Amino acid sequence: MSTSNYETVIGLEVHVELHTQSKIFCGCSTSFGAPPNTHTCPICLGHPGVLPVLNRQAVEYAMKAAMALNCTIGDISKFDRKNYFYPDSPKAYQISQYDQPIGLNGWIDIEVNGETKRIGITRLHLEEDAGKLTHVDGGYASLVDFNRVGTPLVEIVSEPEISSPEEAKAYLEKMRAIMQYCDVSDVKMEEGSLRCDANISLRPHGQKELGTKAELKNMNSFRGVQRGLEYEQYRQAEILDEGGVIVQETRRWDEAQGKTLSMRGKEEAHDYRYFPDPDLVRVHISDEWKEAVRSTIPELPDARKARYAAEYGLPDYDAGVITSSKAMADFFEDSLKYTQDAKSVSNWIMGELMGYLNANNLELPQVKITGQGLGEMIGLIEKGTISTKIAKTVFKAMLDSGKLPQQIVEEQGLVQISDEGAIKSIVEQVVANNPQSVEDYKAGKQKAIGFLVGQVMKESKGKANPALANKLLVDVLNS
Amino acid sequence: MSITTKDVQHVAKLARLNMTPEEENLFTDQLNAILQYAEKLKELDTEGVEPTTHVLPLHNVMREDENRKSLPIEKVLLNAPDEEDGHFKVPAVME
Repeated sequence: MSTSNYETVIGLEVHVELHTQSKIFCGCSTSFGAPPNTHTCPICLGHPGVLPVLNRQAVEYAMKAAMALNCTIGDISKFDRKNYFYPDSPKAYQISQYDQPIGLNGWIDIEVNGETKRIGITRLHLEEDAGKLTHVDGGYASLVDFNRVGTPLVEIVSEPEISSPEEAKAYLEKMRAIMQYCDVSDVKMEEGSLRCDANISLRPHGQKELGTKAELKNMNSFRGVQRGLEYEQYRQAEILDEGGVIVQETRRWDEAQGKTLSMRGKEEAHDYRYFPDPDLVRVHISDEWKEAVRSTIPELPDARKARYAAEYGLPDYDAGVITSSKAMADFFEDSLKYTQDAKSVSNWIMGELMGYLNANNLELPQVKITGQGLGEMIGLIEKGTISTKIAKTVFKAMLDSGKLPQQIVEEQGLVQISDEGAIKSIVEQVVANNPQSVEDYKAGKQKAIGFLVGQVMKESKGKANPALANKLLVDVLNS
Repeated sequence: MSITTKDVQHVAKLARLNMTPEEENLFTDQLNAILQYAEKLKELDTEGVEPTTHVLPLHNVMREDENRKSLPIEKVLLNAPDEEDGHFKVPAVME
C-alpha cells in the first residue's frame, strides 16, 4: 500500500473561542472551569420568550480576525438558525451565520520545508458554542454542562488546498499565531479554545474531481491533527489500492489507539434547515467601523518575521520559530531593550530556552525568566563579568526564579575572575600538580594545553576568565 | 410549489415526530393549503422593493461586553428532567 499513488486533499474547519468577558447573546461569564451550569441564564438555556442581544465586542473580534486573515468584510451580516437535536444545544438550534458571514475570501501563507504556500480561506463566521457532555452510566446517560453554551466562536473554513498532514499542522500553527497576535482568543487546544475538524479525500494524480471525503473530528492537539490525518491518508489509500470505495462519513480520531473510528451518522445526512433568526436584527458594517477595527490589528507574525530577518539579520528559520508565538516574539523584543546583540538573544532563545521548554513540555509564560533578564545577562557576558559557561548557570536560575542576572551572580558568587594575579597563582599550582601534561605539552602535544586549561577552570570553580587562563598558562609553560 | 407525503415524512423525522399514514396525508393536505394561501402574496407588486430577511427597520442592536448575574444553580436545574452533580442528566444519544 502506498499513498504516493494519490494526491491528498484536505480542508480544515477551525473553531476559535473569542475571549470576551460575556457570552455572545447574554451577560453570562465565559470564564473556563466554573462549577457546571453556574454561568447560565434563561437566554443561553434557551427558555421560551427570551431575547438574545448581540455582544458588540464579539462582532469586533470576529471582524479583526477576518481582516487578519485577509478576508473581505461584508457590508451586511446576519444571523441564522442551524437546526439540530442534540443534548449539548438547549434550544435545538445553534445561532450561526449562513449566507452573510462576517468575512469571505481570505488567505494565509504557510511554510513547509522552506517553501511558502498560500492557503485560501473560504469564510469566517460568528456563532455560539454548544455545551459540554460527559457520558456516564456505561454510556447510557449524559451529563450536560451548559456553561460553554453561548461562548462566541468564529468558524474559519479553509479552501481544500492543503495537500498533506504536515501542511495542515503548519496551517493550524499559523492560524493560532495570528489569533494570538490579534489578541482575540486564548487559542489553547487543551482547553478547547482552538478546535479543528478536517475533511480529507484522496484522488489519483491528475484526476480533476475530488475523491469521496471523510470528516475527521476529535483531534485535540497539533500533533493529533497531523497524526489523525496521516492515519486517514493511509486508511483511504489502502481501500483505494484494493479497488474499494470510500464511504462518506464522520470519523473520530482516537489518540490512545492511534486510529480513526467511524462515528454513527448524524441523523438524515446534514439537513440543518437554516433560516434567518428573527430575534436578531442585521448588522450593518460601515467603512468607518471597519477602519476603526482595522487600526487595532498589530504587526502580524509574517511581518514580524520579515522584520527580524531584515533588521537583525536572523536566519529565516530562527525568525520563524521566534515569531510563531506572540509571547516568544515579545520576549525577544523585550530582551533587545537591554542589549544590542540580537543574534546572541536569538541564539539563547533557540538553544537554551527552547531546549528547556521542549524538554519539560512547557510554554514560555510558565517559566519566570524575563526579556530584561536575558538582555542584561548578555550584557554581563560582553563586559566579561561572567563567562558563557557561567551564563548557563545564571540562565537556569533565571528560569526558576525570575531574578535578574546581576543579583544571581552576586548571590551565588559567580563573578568571573579576570584578576591576573589570582588566575596566575592557580595556573602555577596546576602546572606544579600536572608534570606529565606539562611534559607532553613541551614535547609538542598541543592537546595537553586543553587539559591544563580545564584544570584551571576546575580549580577556579568555573569562574576564571577562560581566555585569560589560556594566555597565562601559555606564558608560564613557555617561560 | 407543492408538498408531497415524502416531504412530510422527512420533516417529521427531523422533528422526531411519529405519524400514522392517515396523519401524513392529513398534514400534506393542510400544509399545501397553507402554501397555496401564501401564493396569494405573489399577486402583490413588489417592483422596487428590496428583499429582506427581517420585517423591522432596525439594525446594529448590540450590547456592551459586560457581565450580568447568571441564574442560581437551583433555578437552572428546575427544568432538568434529571440531575447529577449540578449537571442536567439526559439519555445518551451516541455511543
